[in-house]
Amino acid sequence: MPEAAVAGNGAEAKMRVWRGDASGGEFRDYSVPLEEGMVVLDVIHSIQAMHAGDLAVRWNCKAGKCGSCSAEVNGKPRLMCMTRMNTFEPGETITVSPIKTFPLIRDLVTDVSYNYEKAKSVPPFKPKPKEADGTRRMYQEDIDRVQEFHKCIECFLCQNVCHVIRDHDDNKPSFAGPRFFVRVASLEMHPLDTDDRLEFLRKEAGLGFCNITKCCTEVCPENIKITDNSIIPLKERVVTRFYDPIARLLGALGGKRS
Amino acid sequence: MSSIAIDSKRTLRQDTWWLEPMLVVLGLGCFALYSTWAALQNGDYYAAPYLSPFYSPCLAINCAHVSVPLFGEWYNWSPAILILWIPGGFRLTCYYYRKAYYRSFFWSPPACAVKDAASSYSGETRFPFILQNIHRYFFWASLPILAFLWWDAIIAFNFGGSFGIGLGTLVLIANAALLSLYSFSCHSCRHLCGGGLNSFKAAPGRFKLWGIVTKLNEKHMQIAWVSLVWVGLTDAYVRLVATGVIQDLRII
Ligand code: SF4
Ligand code: SF4
Ligand code: FES
Ligand code: FES
Repeated sequence: MPEAAVAGNGAEAKMRVWRGDASGGEFRDYSVPLEEGMVVLDVIHSIQAMHAGDLAVRWNCKAGKCGSCSAEVNGKPRLMCMTRMNTFEPGETITVSPIKTFPLIRDLVTDVSYNYEKAKSVPPFKPKPKEADGTRRMYQEDIDRVQEFHKCIECFLCQNVCHVIRDHDDNKPSFAGPRFFVRVASLEMHPLDTDDRLEFLRKEAGLGFCNITKCCTEVCPENIKITDNSIIPLKERVVTRFYDPIARLLGALGGKRS
Repeated sequence: MSSIAIDSKRTLRQDTWWLEPMLVVLGLGCFALYSTWAALQNGDYYAAPYLSPFYSPCLAINCAHVSVPLFGEWYNWSPAILILWIPGGFRLTCYYYRKAYYRSFFWSPPACAVKDAASSYSGETRFPFILQNIHRYFFWASLPILAFLWWDAIIAFNFGGSFGIGLGTLVLIANAALLSLYSFSCHSCRHLCGGGLNSFKAAPGRFKLWGIVTKLNEKHMQIAWVSLVWVGLTDAYVRLVATGVIQDLRII
C-alpha cells in the first residue's frame, strides 16, 4: 500500500476503495491529505492524482445536480460529491464501493443501462388538444403537486437501494423501480395528460413488488417523497381500478377514465 | 447480474442499522401480547362510566355495558373479538405498519442497503400480501367505530346522572382524538379525499380536504405510534379502575 502523504496540518483521509471489474476485485486502502471542506469525491480525485491514476469513477458537476457520482459510502448509497468528509469521525476508515444493483464495469463505475431500458417502457406524455384560443391552460395547484417529481436528477440511488432488484436480480425484467414510479406519477397526475398507465403500472412496471419500505425515499438526494407522494398514490389508483369492486361500481373515485 | 463488490456480505453499513427493527419488534410485540391478553379477558373492561376501547362498541347482550345488542344471550365469548378485527385489520394493512413489519419481522429488507433475509421475493403481487389492497375498506369500517369511541367519551361525563369529569374522561377523549387523527391521516383517506383527481381546479372542496389530510399524513407514522400506545394505556386505565387497583381521579 502507498505510504500516507503528510498534509499541512497532518490530517489524513483513510479510504478503502473497491478496485476491480466484473471478473473480480478487492478493497484497497489509500491515505491522502485531508483538507478543509473536502467531500468524498475530492478524496477519490486525490487518490487518482497521488496513488492510482487508473481508478475509474464517473462524475460531472460536483454540485449534486448531474446524478453521476452515485456510490456506497460506508455501505450507504450516496452522491460522493454531496458527502462531506467532516461528517465522519476523524481517523475513521471510510469504505467506498460501487452501487450494488447494476453490473460492475470497473472500480466505482457500473453499467446503469437497465434504467434507460425501463425509461423507454414508460408510455410518454399525451397532452389534451389545445383549447379554442390555441393554448393549453394549467393551474397552480395542479402544477404544485407534480413539481416535486421534476426535481429528479436520475442518480439512480433509489433504483440501487430498492431491495426488489438489489437483492433479487430475477425481478429486474418485471419491475421498473422507484425512479420510474416517480416518472409515471408526474404523468398520471399531470392535468393535461390523457393517457392511462394503470395497467402498465400493475403489470409491466410491477408496482405490486414494492412493499413500501421507503428506502428509495431515504436515499433520494433531492428529497423527493417517492413513497408517500408517488408510489402510494399510484397504488391507490391501481386499487381503485383493479381491486375495489365498490369503487368500480360507483365509477366515481380516481383514475383517468372515470 | 449485479456488482460483485459486496455480494457475499449482508451489508457494508457500520452504523447501528439493526436498532430500529429491534425497537419495532419490541414495541409491536408488546402491544400484540397485551392487546391479545386484554381482549381475551372478557371482564374488567367497564368501570362506570368508562368503557375500554378494546370492547367498544360492545355488541353482545352479555356485555358489561351494551352499546348495541346485536348478539343474543348465546354469545358468551369475549365481545372484544366481535369488534377488534376492524382496528386490527386497519393497522395490519396500514401503509406505515406494513413498512414497519416488513422491515423488522420479515427482514424484507431489515434496513436500507442491508440484504433481505429471504432469497426469493414477490412483494405484494401474490397471495397473501396482495390482500393489502383492501386497506381502504378497513378505513371505511373504522369510521363507525370512531363514532362509538366519541360517544363513549361523551358519556364518560355522566356519573350516574350528574355531570362530572374524571381522569378517565380525559383519557377517553384523548383516545378518541388520537384514533381520529390516525384514521384521517391514512393514505387511503388522502386518496379518497382528492389524491385520485388529476386536476384539482375542478374540485376546490376536495382540493382543500386533500390539503388538510396531506398535512396530517406527513405525521402518519408518529400518530400511528402515539395512538397505539394510548389505546393500550386507555384499556389499562379502565382495567385498573375496574379491578379496584386504582381509583379514578375525580376532577369535577
Ligand atoms: S419503497 Fe418500494 S420502490 Fe422504494 S425502495 Fe422500498 S420496495 Fe423499492
Ligand atoms: S428519484 Fe431521487 S434517488 Fe431516484 S433517481 Fe431521482 S433523484 Fe435519484
Ligand atoms: S458529480 Fe454530479 S451529482 Fe455528484
Ligand atoms: S391507516 Fe396507515 S395508511 Fe391507512
